[in-house]
Parts: sequence; C-alpha cells; structure tokens
Amino acid sequence: METNRLPALLKQALLTFTVSLILFGPISGLVLEGFSFRNELTRAVVLAAFVTLGRVALSLIGMTAFGRKLAGGAAPSGGGVTVMTGEEKSSTALLALLFLAGIALPFFADKYFLGIAILALIYCLLGLGLNIVVGLAGLLDLGFVAFYAVGAYLLALGYQYLGLGFWSALVIAPFLAGLFGMILAFPVLKMHGDYLAIVTLGFGEIIRLVLNNWLEFTGGPNGAPVPAPTLFGLEFTRTAKQGGVPLHDYFGIAYSADYKFWFIYLVLFLVVCLVIYAVERLRVMPLGRMWEALREDEIACRSLGVNHVFTKLTAFMLGASTGGLAGVFFAVHQGFVNPTSFTFFESALILAIVVLGGLGSTVGVIAAALVLTILPELLRDFAEYRVLIFGVLMVVMMIWKPRGLVRIKRPAFFPSTTAEKTGSLPFAAKAEATR
Amino acid sequence: MTTPLLDVRNVTMRFGGIVANRAVSFSVERGAVTALIGPNGAGKTTMFNCITGFYRASEGQILLNGRDGPQDIGALMTRPITGGSHLVTRAGIARTFQNIRLFKEMSVVENLLVAQHRVTANNIVSGVLRTPAFRRAEREAVDRAYHWLRQMNLAEDANRLAGELPYGRQRRLEIARAMCTDPKLICLDEPAAGLNPSETRELSEVIQRLCHEHGQTVLVIEHDMGLVMRISQHVVVLDHGEVISDGTPEHVANDPAVVAAYLGVSEEEVNA
Repeated sequence: METNRLPALLKQALLTFTVSLILFGPISGLVLEGFSFRNELTRAVVLAAFVTLGRVALSLIGMTAFGRKLAGGAAPSGGGVTVMTGEEKSSTALLALLFLAGIALPFFADKYFLGIAILALIYCLLGLGLNIVVGLAGLLDLGFVAFYAVGAYLLALGYQYLGLGFWSALVIAPFLAGLFGMILAFPVLKMHGDYLAIVTLGFGEIIRLVLNNWLEFTGGPNGAPVPAPTLFGLEFTRTAKQGGVPLHDYFGIAYSADYKFWFIYLVLFLVVCLVIYAVERLRVMPLGRMWEALREDEIACRSLGVNHVFTKLTAFMLGASTGGLAGVFFAVHQGFVNPTSFTFFESALILAIVVLGGLGSTVGVIAAALVLTILPELLRDFAEYRVLIFGVLMVVMMIWKPRGLVRIKRPAFFPSTTAEKTGSLPFAAKAEATR
Repeated sequence: MTTPLLDVRNVTMRFGGIVANRAVSFSVERGAVTALIGPNGAGKTTMFNCITGFYRASEGQILLNGRDGPQDIGALMTRPITGGSHLVTRAGIARTFQNIRLFKEMSVVENLLVAQHRVTANNIVSGVLRTPAFRRAEREAVDRAYHWLRQMNLAEDANRLAGELPYGRQRRLEIARAMCTDPKLICLDEPAAGLNPSETRELSEVIQRLCHEHGQTVLVIEHDMGLVMRISQHVVVLDHGEVISDGTPEHVANDPAVVAAYLGVSEEEVNA
C-alpha cells in the first residue's frame, strides 16, 4: 500500500505540472512588447511549480485520517434528498425570531448596510422566482432577467406615461410579467433542456435590446427616472413632488433620506416573507407536486393525465411574476433604471443563486442569495478578483455539494385516523358499482 | 352480451415505410384480464402506445366505451391546442411502462398524489390559504393513496423516496400510481420484466386481486407465459404486426400458428 502511493503521487504531480505548464506557457510565459514578444518562461515554470505543490499538498492531506474524514463528510451521500419523518421539531420559534430580527434591522443598520440588505432581499425574490421555474419545474431559463426588467420598466415608464405610482406598479407588475412569461412560454414549451435555454437566453437579450434601442419610448441607454415611493399620500422626498405631503412635514420631524430606504426595506421584507410562505406552500400543493413530477419524468406525467403544457405554463408565469415584483423594488430603490442593469450576467447570477442553493430548496436559495450579494460587498478590496472567487466557489461547490448547499427534504404524509380505523375505500366503492 | 370496454378496429401503424401494426382488431372485455403476447418485435408495445395515446394510429379506430359513451382515442390526441395523450388518461386509460418511470426523487405517497391531480384542489389561492375544501381534498387524496399502497403491500414504504425502493416494489408502486387515476382500463407493459419468481407470484396475485375485488379491467403485455396463462381470460397473439390468434389461453396455447411463431417451423412443414 505504502509503496504504491509514492509512484502514484509522482505521476499525479508530473501530470499536474505538465498541464499547468501548457496552460501558463502562452499566458504568462510570453510577454508582448509592441509588435514582438519576449520569453519569460521561468515565470510560467514557477507558477506551474506552485500549482503542482498545491496538488501534492491536497493529495497528502487526503491521505491522512483527518482529510479522509473531511472528504467523507463533504461527499454527496444518498443523492441529497431525504423524506422527513413527520416527527421533526417545529421551527416556528426560530422563524418568528428571524422575522423580528428582519423587521428590526433598519433601526440598527447604517444606510450602507441597509442598501446591501435591500439588494440581498431583491436577489432573494429573484432567486425564489427562478427557483419555481428551474428548481421545481426543471425548465432551464437563461433569460430570467427579462421579467426583472419588465417589472422595473413598468414603474419607470408607467410613471412617465400613465402616472402610475409605486403601489399600483407593485400590484400590476406580477400580472404584466406573468403575461410576458406566457407570451414567451407558449411557443417554446414544447422544447426541452438546452433548446429551451437558448430560446429564453434570446428572449432576455431581445428585451434588453428593445429597451436599449427604442429611444423615444424607453429613453434608451439614458434610462428613465423612477418616482420615490409613497405611503397613503405621504412622500419620502424633501418636498412633495407627486401631489402629496412630505412625511417629515406631516409628523413634524426632521427630514432624513433614510426614511425612504427604511420604508422600501420593510415593504420588501414583508413581500419576501409572503413569497417564501407561498413557495413553501406550493411544495405541498398539487400544482407544486405536478411541477416536480414534470421535472422528474414528463412522459410519466402525461400517462397520469397531467396537461404538461399548461402545468409548465403556470410555472413559467408564476416565476416571471415574482421576477416582476423584484424589478419594481429594484427600480424604486435605485430611483433610476437603464438597460445595463439587465444584462446576461444578471441572469447568470440568479441562476447561480438557484444552483448553489440546491435546486428546489427554498432555504438554500435564500442562503445563497444572501451569500452571493453580501460576499462581494465584503470583498470590495478584492473587487478585481470578485468574478474569479465566484468561479472558484462554483467549481468547489459542484465538486463537493453538487446538489446545492441545503439538503432537500420532502414532506411526509400520513393517513387520517378515521381512514385507518374504518378503512374507507373511496374508489373501491365506485369500482364495485361499475362492475 | 355487453359492449367491450375497448374496441380496436383495423388499426395500422406505420413509421415511414415500416409497418409496425397491420389491420389489428381485438377487443377488451370488462372486468377481465386480456393479455397481448407475441415474439420480440411483434408490435405489442407500438399497439400499446396507440391505445394509451402516445402514438396516433395511422389508420383505424380505437374506441373506449367509458364514462361518456364511446370515445375515439385518436381524436382525443389530435384535438387542437388542448389535445394530447393526457386526455386519454382522463378518459379512463392508465398505463405503466416497460422501463419503470417513477418520480424517483419524490416520496412514494407523493407519486400517488400526483396521479390524483384530477380530484385534488389545484387552485393556487385555496392552497396558499389552506381553505377547508383544500384540506379535505388533500386528506382524501392521502387516504386514497394509502388505500392503494395497502392493496399493493407497500404501506410501510409510504414515506420513502420512490427511487430507493427495490425493483419489484417499484413495479407495484407504478401499478398503484396508475390505479390512483381511477382508470376504466389499466394497461401494464411487461409488469414482470426483471422480477424474480417470488416477486412474479406476488405480482400475479396483485393483478388477480385488482380484477376480482375491484372489478378492474386489465390489459397486459407479458413474456412470462406462466404468468399469462395463470391470470388472463383472453389472449391476443401478435406476430409481425398482425393478430395471428385470439381466444382463451387454452385455445391460444394449442394454436399451431402460435407455436410456429414462437418456436419456428421445420422445413418439411413449410413445404408440406
């Protein structure tokens, strides 16, 4: 055993060294100088040596007992899905505590942190929406940002042309985004997997390009202003601009720009809580179950009489609605929208949130959304390396936890007590009658 | 004589130039087990897919005399916009698959609950608000699921993942799931494939129980002749896409055409 390890280790080290040399050779070893280049191959060799050392160190750690324990704990076991036993402790107390903490946050946090918190909650909302489409219904959607843009531009353009305010936009946005979802979904739902992904990617880009190029209507790259929110006619600006009374005048307190963000945060927090509740309910509802069944096996679903086109359509529309809601909050928080906020990178980020969180897991999606929005803020000093760290995180996750951060738990079902005793047979009686 | 539950009339199925079924006609009697047998490649599964609405037969009619009088399966499938194979299940034909198609990452009960989507309250609002009607429908659905699990001897596995179950139990779960759609006719595609003798025996008991206790009409494709002879009242033999024999198990077993199809014929007999 011991004798076998050394040659294996050497072989591995040699392979790593060769591969990294091939990679680093042209990238770091050749330096351009005007129209000619200079050889700096020692640099590439040093880099490759570092990588090799790292690989050997990893293998050595893996050989120790501690390393094996670590790998064993992180290795995917049992497919990552379990069924609850029905005897889990209720987490109501914990949830209530989290809810109160969330409500109380604006009174402790400074303006900078509150801004991050609002952004994190917006991504929570987006993640929850995409989770319905990708995680539950299994439809890969790469253009989710389109619905986000629909929500945001609804508020901006609705204010400009129709005089819509924050609240009316909040009510209309889910329906409008759902409508857009339906328009997209109808022609494409007969497609599967990769083809669907390409079409949705195209749809996302179309929306962005239309917003960018339709200068007269959307303002193009110059964007469009968004009104500040109001509360029963009270405005959060220093002077009333929408025909109401400024909040600080009404209550006779000093003006502070923070009130607006407190208000947005609180409304957003309540909306996120409602959406979380609805999504959690969906998992134990017939519709949610049908989505998951469709993800598992579409042919079997059809054999059970599930209308697969209609069911997918509902998933697409509900996901889009949630995205539209998030868009309204984004617009009102920024006070300004333009097409650069709705690029493919956003879609990819939202998809990363859903995948990292564990497809279909609500808790996982929320955790991933918080991590992926707060982490870049903490890493401000390494701003240039943000995407690199992000990529490394993804690779590491896919190796160690391919099913996402949080294990998916399926609800348990038990027969009602009356049925247990009498053995009531709803269908059997009918079958007897038809005989 | 009552009308048969399912009437297959002159069905021909072509894939381009290949004719998988040629002018197949047979009927399935109510409350009985009908078996569809034949050598490999005889067109049994194609016939099955036509009946269960996964293929549209090129020619001929398949009539189901279900709840709402005779219905043409082919017409259900090609109905514009809303048409599709799911309507066939709604009309009363449920099926299982040759290679098991369960929702592997969902629990056993959930598999059965999905099958009952016709009777549960599917409205989003009622589900989110947990209205009394929603809760009653859910409770009944769970009870019905447990009823069929008990019928299939699967009750102790109710809250396990479907993909974790042993192969034989997955087969029975698939039958339970099909039964949860409250079908008039249940079509089993090679239910005994890959089962060991004791599991096959258990399966044949389950099918007979369905037939005798619940009055369920069963159509089954099977290669295990012992099972076919034991459970079926009516056997249809297909070979090269055509019906070569049709009758009671005894009649079919002694039919020279069937023996020839399965075992081949010697050269003298062909020349004679």
